[in-house]
Parts: sequence; structure tokens; C-alpha cells
Amino acid sequence: MRKILSISTDDVTPSIDAVLKGLGVPEGNTPDKRIIQLAQKSISLYKDIAAPTAVIMDISMIDFEKVYHGDGDNEIETPLENIYKLADNLSLFAVTVSENVNKEISRLFKQDEFAIGSMLDSAASESAEMTAQIAESFYSDYLKETDRQNPDSGVMRFSPGYCGWHITAQKKLFEFLNPDDIGIELGESFLMRPLKSISGVIIAGPKKIFEFEDVFPFCGDCETHSCRNRIKAVLDK
Amino acid sequence: MDILQELSESLQKGDFKKAADLTQKAIDEQLDPKVILDDGLIAGMAIVGDKFKAHEIFLPDVLFAAKAMYAGMDLLKPLMIKEGIPTIGKIVIGTVYGDLHDIGKNLVGIMLKGAGFEVIDLGNNVPPEKFIETAEKEKADVIGMSALLTTTMPVMKKVVELAKEQGIYEKLKIVVGGAPLSVEYAEEIGADAYCFDGINAVERIKHLVGVN
Repeated sequence: MRKILSISTDDVTPSIDAVLKGLGVPEGNTPDKRIIQLAQKSISLYKDIAAPTAVIMDISMIDFEKVYHGDGDNEIETPLENIYKLADNLSLFAVTVSENVNKEISRLFKQDEFAIGSMLDSAASESAEMTAQIAESFYSDYLKETDRQNPDSGVMRFSPGYCGWHITAQKKLFEFLNPDDIGIELGESFLMRPLKSISGVIIAGPKKIFEFEDVFPFCGDCETHSCRNRIKAVLDK
Repeated sequence: MDILQELSESLQKGDFKKAADLTQKAIDEQLDPKVILDDGLIAGMAIVGDKFKAHEIFLPDVLFAAKAMYAGMDLLKPLMIKEGIPTIGKIVIGTVYGDLHDIGKNLVGIMLKGAGFEVIDLGNNVPPEKFIETAEKEKADVIGMSALLTTTMPVMKKVVELAKEQGIYEKLKIVVGGAPLSVEYAEEIGADAYCFDGINAVERIKHLVGVN
């Protein structure tokens, strides 16, 4: 299966709280009216110019092993290496929200419109995550519809550059997935363009395979430990 | 209220129109442009920086203030050039070669300008040679580099090595920033400081160049 999803911007529009959180405004804080109005404006602007899209493709365990190992730069042990070997199904994915967003952010900064430029950047980042979430949900639904998902299964995605999976694995991932048909290119430094793009693997399998502790050596450098919430989300479903 | 105090307060509130009007009024009243800058605009941004560090305000508030700062500085700049008034320092900044992320670098540049530095922004995807050439040509006091990819961090080390080869390493300071970086990495490559955000960059760089 390889599928390109056209996604409605309405489905991946971030909330004002999410935009402000991306700028370091803590939850529960009540910013002044001017900031809220500008955040609303940035979200409207985002909706006008964004074009979220995703591509998803099944991949065999043997082929994903090649993607995972990439150029051999991964950390010695990673949660993903333990998880994917126990998976029932795997798919590669890539999502983007369009180069227009980056162009508009640059334009706003050149015009000294720093606040709305930063808010648009935050909105785009959050929206890209929401788009990746839609890709994950699509894959889960697809597996259910094709009777490939066991009742006690969960799905979770991982991206190169995180959790010990080296960013250079992007190269192999792109060779298999070819997301250039949704407008994503990979540069020499393994940077994706448009910048607001996400790629990785979606893993489906028994929920228990996703349980791991954030005690790997590289976890010490992680600022978010978002794995905790992600694991909880899988187990709670 | 003293006009410069009023200017500082309008900047703190992010009222760029009022900041521009008050700057023009101060100019029309023949106040020294450097005094308007230091005691009106930079003083206001310093208070904004302190409030940000104390978590009393957040980035959007800082950016509103920065826009007000720029509105005032746009009016002062021609006068300062005409009178040959120097800035507190000159810094060349850029996102290193292979990397296109520039929001963080842009925010640092904004804060540094707000603190009174002259900022030469080379943009993104900047080759190491370009940092050195520009720093030499402009007689910069500082080179500031940003990277958000681990694969592009080695470019920073290359810039430090080039600075040594060109004999300018001892003549300027080199600072680095970006999510994958650390104090340890900065030390490892021979940079003078790692800066974790724009406000921190202003503090560290002012300290490095010996400005209070």
C-alpha cells in the first residue's frame, strides 16, 4: 500500500494555546488581548496558505531494517530497535504543510513583523505534528479495515534524528518512500525541505511493545521526554 | 514624565507607533541621538529582557517590544551614521552551511540589535569561509553561529579552525547556539560561549566584549 493523503487545513489547525505554547507561553497563563488576537491572526494566515499533505507506504521488516540502520550512525541501543522487531506491521510516512508557509514567515520577519512571524512558525510546527498524527491514524484505520490489526494493538511513530535513530537514516527512508511527489526533498545535510515536514516510521503491534523507560544515554539530552505522553496515549487507547 | 522614560515605557508595552512618535519628538527636541538610543530604547529593552528572564513576560511580549525598538532605531540610524556614533559592538551572525533553520538566529539578531549591537546577518546555509571573510571585512567583534541539525554542527568547528588559520581567532569572539548544541560542544570546538536563547546571547556577548 502506498497512499497520498490530501488533508483539510481545518483538520490540522492548531489552537491558540498550542501556538502560544510553542512560543514558551505556559499553559494556564492568560496573555493579553493583543497577543491572543495576533495568535488568531497567525492561525487564519496559516489556514490561507498551508497545504498539508502526507504519503504513507507499507514496508516489510527486512526493508525497514535497511532504513533503520541507514549509514550505521545510530546509537548502540535505541527504543525503536527493540520495538520494530516485535511489530506486526510497519509503514514509512512523510508529511508537509507547504513551502508557502516558510516563505511567508521569512517575509514577515523582513518586514519587522516578528511576533506574527514567530506565531506563524509555531502554528506551522504544531500543524505538521497534527498532520503526522493524521497519517498515523490513517494507518491504524487501514490496518483495521484490512484485518491486519489485532484487537490489543497500538500504533506509534518514530522519526530519524530522535531517540537514538540517527538523522542520516533519512537518506534510506527517502530512497524507499520517495516523498518528492508530495513536494518534500532531502538535502545533503539530511534537512528536509519544506522545513515544516516530518518523516519516519509508523509501527503497529501489541501495545506492550511500546513500553520503554527514558533511561537511554541520549535521554539525558532530551528536553521534552515526549515519549512518556506518547506511550501513555498508546496504552490508554 | 521625561520623554525618554515615556519612550522606554512605550517600547516595553510594544507600542511601536508611540515609540516612533516619541523618538521623533526627542530628535525634534535636539536630544543627542545616542542618549535617545541608550536611555530610551536600549533602557526599555533591558527592562523587557529582565522581565523575560524573570518569567513575568514571554516571547510574544518581547517581540512586540522589539518591533517598537526597531521603529525608533529606524529614525535614529541616519543620525547616528551622520554623527559617526558607534554601536556597542559588531556581530556577524548566520545559520551554518547545510542548515536552513533561521527563526532562532533571527530572534537572537533582533535581541542583539535591541541591545545596541550592529548585526550583520548572513542568512542561512552560510559557508564557513563567508563567516570569516565577512568578520574580517567588517572588523567584527563577534561571530555568532546557529545550527539545528547535528549533521551541520561540524561546520562550526570549521569556522573556528579557519579563524585560527586566518589569524583572527584571538581578535574576536565566537558564540554558538541551536537546539542540539551545548556548553560542552562549544568548549570542545573552541567557541567562546554557547547561548541558549536571545536574551542569554545578549548577556553572554556583552560580557565577552566587555560591555556593561
